[in-house]
Amino acid sequence: MSVKTKKVKEMTLDDKRVIEVALAGNPNTGKSTLFNALTGLRQKIGNWPGVTVEKKEGKKRCDGFNLIITDLPGTYSLSAYSLDEKIARSFIIEGKLDVVVQIIDASNLERNLYLTTMLRELGANVVIALNMMDLLEESSSSIDVNKLSKEMGVPVVPMIASSRIGIDDLENTIESIYQKEQKPIRITYSKEIEEVLANVQEILMSIPSIPSDFDSRWLAIQIIQNDPEILTFLKNWNVNKTIIEKLLSFGREDYEAEIIDTKYEFITNVTSKALKRGEEKLTRSDLVDKVVTHKWLGIPIFLIVMWGAFQFVFAISVPFMELIDMLFGWLAGLLVDNINIGWLGSLLGDGIVGGLGAVLIFVPPIFAMFFILSVLEDSGYLARAAFVMDKIMVKFGLHGHSFIPMLLGFGCNVPAIMSTRSLKNNKDRMITILINPFMSCGARMPVFILFAGLFFGAAAGTVIFALYILGIVVAIFTAILLRKTFFKGKSAPFIMELPPYHTPKLRSATVAMWDKGKMYLKKAGTIILIGVMFVWFLAAMPFGGVEYGGPDTWLAAVGTFFEPIFRPLGFDWRIVVALIVGFVAKELVVGALGTIVGGGGSEEGIKDAILADEGFYPLNSLSLMVFTLLYVPCAAVIGVMRKETGSWRWTIFAVVYSTVIAWLFALVVFQLGSLMNLGL
Amino acid sequence: MSNKVTKLDQLEIGDIAKVITIDVSGELRRRLMEMGLTRGTLIEVIGKAPLGDPIEYKFKGYNLSLRKEEANKVVVEH
Ligand SMILES: Nc1nc2c(ncn2[C@@H]2O[C@H](COP(=O)(O)OP(=O)(O)O)[C@@H](O)[C@H]2O)c(=O)[nH]1
Ligand SMILES: [Mg+2]
Repeated sequence: MSVKTKKVKEMTLDDKRVIEVALAGNPNTGKSTLFNALTGLRQKIGNWPGVTVEKKEGKKRCDGFNLIITDLPGTYSLSAYSLDEKIARSFIIEGKLDVVVQIIDASNLERNLYLTTMLRELGANVVIALNMMDLLEESSSSIDVNKLSKEMGVPVVPMIASSRIGIDDLENTIESIYQKEQKPIRITYSKEIEEVLANVQEILMSIPSIPSDFDSRWLAIQIIQNDPEILTFLKNWNVNKTIIEKLLSFGREDYEAEIIDTKYEFITNVTSKALKRGEEKLTRSDLVDKVVTHKWLGIPIFLIVMWGAFQFVFAISVPFMELIDMLFGWLAGLLVDNINIGWLGSLLGDGIVGGLGAVLIFVPPIFAMFFILSVLEDSGYLARAAFVMDKIMVKFGLHGHSFIPMLLGFGCNVPAIMSTRSLKNNKDRMITILINPFMSCGARMPVFILFAGLFFGAAAGTVIFALYILGIVVAIFTAILLRKTFFKGKSAPFIMELPPYHTPKLRSATVAMWDKGKMYLKKAGTIILIGVMFVWFLAAMPFGGVEYGGPDTWLAAVGTFFEPIFRPLGFDWRIVVALIVGFVAKELVVGALGTIVGGGGSEEGIKDAILADEGFYPLNSLSLMVFTLLYVPCAAVIGVMRKETGSWRWTIFAVVYSTVIAWLFALVVFQLGSLMNLGL
Repeated sequence: MSNKVTKLDQLEIGDIAKVITIDVSGELRRRLMEMGLTRGTLIEVIGKAPLGDPIEYKFKGYNLSLRKEEANKVVVEH
């Protein structure tokens, strides 16, 4: 911003200068790639204060100086309409930054430069990282880097972030300009606007309380465009009421359009000098789009891609799952048999190792799911999927972007709910969060596989498929209901960039898989582990003489207490216990049943024990599966819902609503089934 | 181009038109213009979603999707 803030900052420890940098840029320009290339693993991920927008900070040691890098939300502009833009803008104004690096997709220069004009008008010290030079070359266009730099009045560093080309240049350029004051480019607007700006600026100059961080021309430009945030600024500076009114009276609807038009005219003038376009024809991406969004082919292709993704997830993960199952089964057995201090062997073996195994077994499919989703996103197809699905989604009270969190929900609802951050409209986002638990996550699968496999033989696949469909139907029904009641109004506009198709990069898919998978591991390591130990404790108490998991334990007492509520669904106390445990995490349900019915902890043993038990039969196993499908997925989901909705009320609503719905559906299944006397 | 004034959502796939103005005010106009739908921009219809909505357009060297409802606010010369 102003010259005053650009003091040399000394770091006491190694006596190196610290340069504070922010990364700005449009979405899909390679911001994350550049950020990772610069900072490696030295990143801190958190939230911007008070909101659920991710904030990443990182450090980089360079030759003779250190960089502190903040990743700003990807934005097309810096107006104060969207949350992301507000965050980026106020960080640039107030962040005491030395340099703002704007990463630009070279193959999409014009629209990217619009953000540059805004950054420069704001007075930021800008370096352009001209990324994706490889794609530019491919399209047989070319950019005259020196001319671009001269016309925009900022240094331009060409680079290919995904191949780490140009990173050193960028660091050196940052170092060379960080103390220099750039002359703001001045876009000259129409005569009328310039006159108004001069008048507003004159008034602004006479207000001493305006901090020097704010450029008065920038403020004037915002004021005459009726920028919604300006009033707050002025009030914070205790500007006299009549002066505020006077200032705001300069604002006019059409100035805004004129200003944007003029900026783009300026840009067109720059690109006419600096950019040589290859022959303008339909690109390969456009041709692919003609097929992928084709009237008849579009939806079948969508379904095939989704089916393929699921096939991939299962094919890749099954061998790993079997390996984990074997390993932990063997380890648990070893502990129980060899530790002779009674309860300790049982705690370590049955409780911790057995429980941990039950959780870790889901790591392969969940990681595979994130991997394939990242591949789909990188390739550009996910944006097309949202495009293809938008109309259907809107019909259901959702938004094209709701589709991705719903898909992710089949893996794990925790990261799925976090991914709703891509929805910028609060109502769209709330509905998408609240319906997500009905998308059947991977942890519910073992319950389905066990019971459908045991009681429905050849029809097991159909039963499981029907359960997934039931979950989707309930989700849609809930979405429509919410849109008609608490979240009335239209879904946000669908102004979405369709990025060109890329060959996905293994590295970025792996990084994304690890980033998101970590959340699951964290959940496994905390909530689920505590849950496992708690179950073990209840199943072993009171100490002395009771059979582990038997009818005299505290666990049985809890189940018996709640049994009356569940008797109409066909559940006895043992199923009730498993379901209560499942409230902590669905991963625990099968294990808890194993504890209670016996079977020695192995999958086969549990199966035999259940088949031999009169308390389990096809009809109540069906209502058990329906109940498992629909009630709260796990404690971690409750936590993440609270965090992402910012409201306990809505979180509690979701818990109560889904449990009631689960109870009702299971009731209908069991009672109808009994009435029709299907012989189940 | 036959110099007929129409709305963006009325065009067929393959049509190329020139933006005249955005016929709506407030945030929607701002966002459309900031994405590059400014006066004089040449815009081509690339394709429509299988259910007819939204629609994919190309201008200023990149592709953008708009719902019919939003495209209907863009006045073009075709
Ligand atoms: N060909 C090419 N692809 C790149 C380059 N930089 C990034 N990408 C790819 O562009 C896609 C979007 O990158 P990402 O860093 O996620 O963009 P962001 O949305 O701005 O954070 C990813 O598939 C990257 O691998 C580059 O210089 N050349
Ligand atoms: Mg990114």
